[in-house]
Amino acid sequence: MEIVSSTQEKLSTVKTKGVFFEVLVKFALGFWALFIGLLFPLLIALILFYESRLAIEKFGFIHFLTNANWDPVNEDFGALTMIVGTIISTFLAVSIATPISIGIAIFITELAPKWLKPIVSGAIELLAAIPSIIYGMWGFFVITPIMANKVEPWLQATFGNLPLVGALFSGVPTGVDVLTTSLVLSIMIIPFMASVVRDSFNMVPSIMKESAYGLGATQWEVIRQVVIPYTASGIAGGLILSTGRALGETMAVTFLAGNNPQIPKSLFDSFTTITVALANQFTEADTDIYLSSLYYLSMLLFLVSFVMLSIAKFMVLRLEKRWKV
Amino acid sequence: MVETQTALKKRMEVINLNFYYGSNNVLKHINMSVYDRKVTALIGPSGCGKTTLLRCFNRMHDLYPGNRYEGDILLDGKSIFDKDIDLIELRSRVGMVFQKPTPFPMSIFDNVAFGLRLKGVKGSKLKDRVEKALKDAALWDEVKDRLKDSAFSLSGGQQQRLCIARAIAVEPEVLLFDEPTSALDPISTAKIEELIVELKKNITIIIVTHNMQQAARISDYTAFMYLGELVEFGPTEKIFTKPEKKLTEDYITGRFG
Repeated sequence: MEIVSSTQEKLSTVKTKGVFFEVLVKFALGFWALFIGLLFPLLIALILFYESRLAIEKFGFIHFLTNANWDPVNEDFGALTMIVGTIISTFLAVSIATPISIGIAIFITELAPKWLKPIVSGAIELLAAIPSIIYGMWGFFVITPIMANKVEPWLQATFGNLPLVGALFSGVPTGVDVLTTSLVLSIMIIPFMASVVRDSFNMVPSIMKESAYGLGATQWEVIRQVVIPYTASGIAGGLILSTGRALGETMAVTFLAGNNPQIPKSLFDSFTTITVALANQFTEADTDIYLSSLYYLSMLLFLVSFVMLSIAKFMVLRLEKRWKV
Repeated sequence: MVETQTALKKRMEVINLNFYYGSNNVLKHINMSVYDRKVTALIGPSGCGKTTLLRCFNRMHDLYPGNRYEGDILLDGKSIFDKDIDLIELRSRVGMVFQKPTPFPMSIFDNVAFGLRLKGVKGSKLKDRVEKALKDAALWDEVKDRLKDSAFSLSGGQQQRLCIARAIAVEPEVLLFDEPTSALDPISTAKIEELIVELKKNITIIIVTHNMQQAARISDYTAFMYLGELVEFGPTEKIFTKPEKKLTEDYITGRFG
């Protein structure tokens, strides 16, 4: 009898302990997920909003967005040049990186011999481990002179006289400009995009590919007509991730953009982005309205990133729903 | 009896085939015939090599490195391992349907048109052949009003019939089925079985199946495999009623497997 009751006691204590622990873990995990996922971004947004209230009062929303002036002396601040610069450089970088990343992913998953796959894969992933300031320095000291002396004069000579597109290659090729920035930025985001695309390519079931081969498709036809459409949502996911990276990238862009608050008219114009303005000017902000305008700018970056990623996420979800992939 | 024997034509023939994954000898000295417009079933316990053998018939193993064939397989008297064999052409002559439905991420129409387009079929001819394939696969009535819909919107059984339509659209001589009903419910399975019996009027069929009753129901010939060897091959009726080997009998009667 004694033995039985003590065993029961033990069992019941173990049980309550287990349940209590389970509840605790569930509660902790839930709290952290909610805090990190919802509360934390909300707090950041609130702080940014609070700090930028002065600038919001003075310039309003539409005016701040459409004003191309950034004049600390006369305290007239508008975000247009930075927003345009951010969007252009991000768009160009993603456009350059997308085909290259898909190419790399195709090579790794379909073409490379078995022994070479992990080597190329690892090397591409290591690109992501290089600190962005190193990219900035490398871009500024190595790529910029090459662009200024070789690539850009050649581009200008080749395309400069064409109608319509010629204007894109006008101006003095300095190497500190839209083109170089986008190029370096694209190299920085390739590892993210390529590994996401590679992972989704690897998830294509082999019987899916075999079905296409079984119908007499060549390797290229299988990749183009089955693998890529099948992984469209994965490719879009890689695009989102790298768009986010490119939008927020600061150090490398600070080195290469030239910090010139103007709307670039050619690929060879220096320009600025939201991140560059923030990195360069927080220490110089000597008036309240100046500081507040910078906060306003950072809130915009936050919003632009959030909206762009939301749209992209929405597109991926729609794609997934359509194909149930 | 004599008449049917002489009417039989060998569509494919396996001659002393060995197959290796790396240095692992998975198929050992396989000899068998695949008769024209008959259903040949490959049965045996898991790991016996039946799927491996099936994938030899269209050289699907060639997609992966480290695989090696020895011996020969003839298609209409010509070796499929000949140097001048075009793998692309071989695979459109010897089609394949898999364990799970594998619709491509495109519309129902485009799925069936896939192989035809690769062959350069276009326009109204393409439309006609897609329609014919869907009719032959007993799917036309269910999808004729929604050809532009995603193939993923179909049920599992419909998807599998779509894959069969896609395979027969290119008019293969031989069609390989790798456990085509293993992911399906009994009603869809019955439909596929009916379809296979219907298809053999024009196409030679080889089917791997886990399900002995299925083999008994639909096949004309049965090959029983065990541990990479072909234990017994013959008319299905004979294999299931008067097997020559003890091993076959034990498997058929459910003593192992």
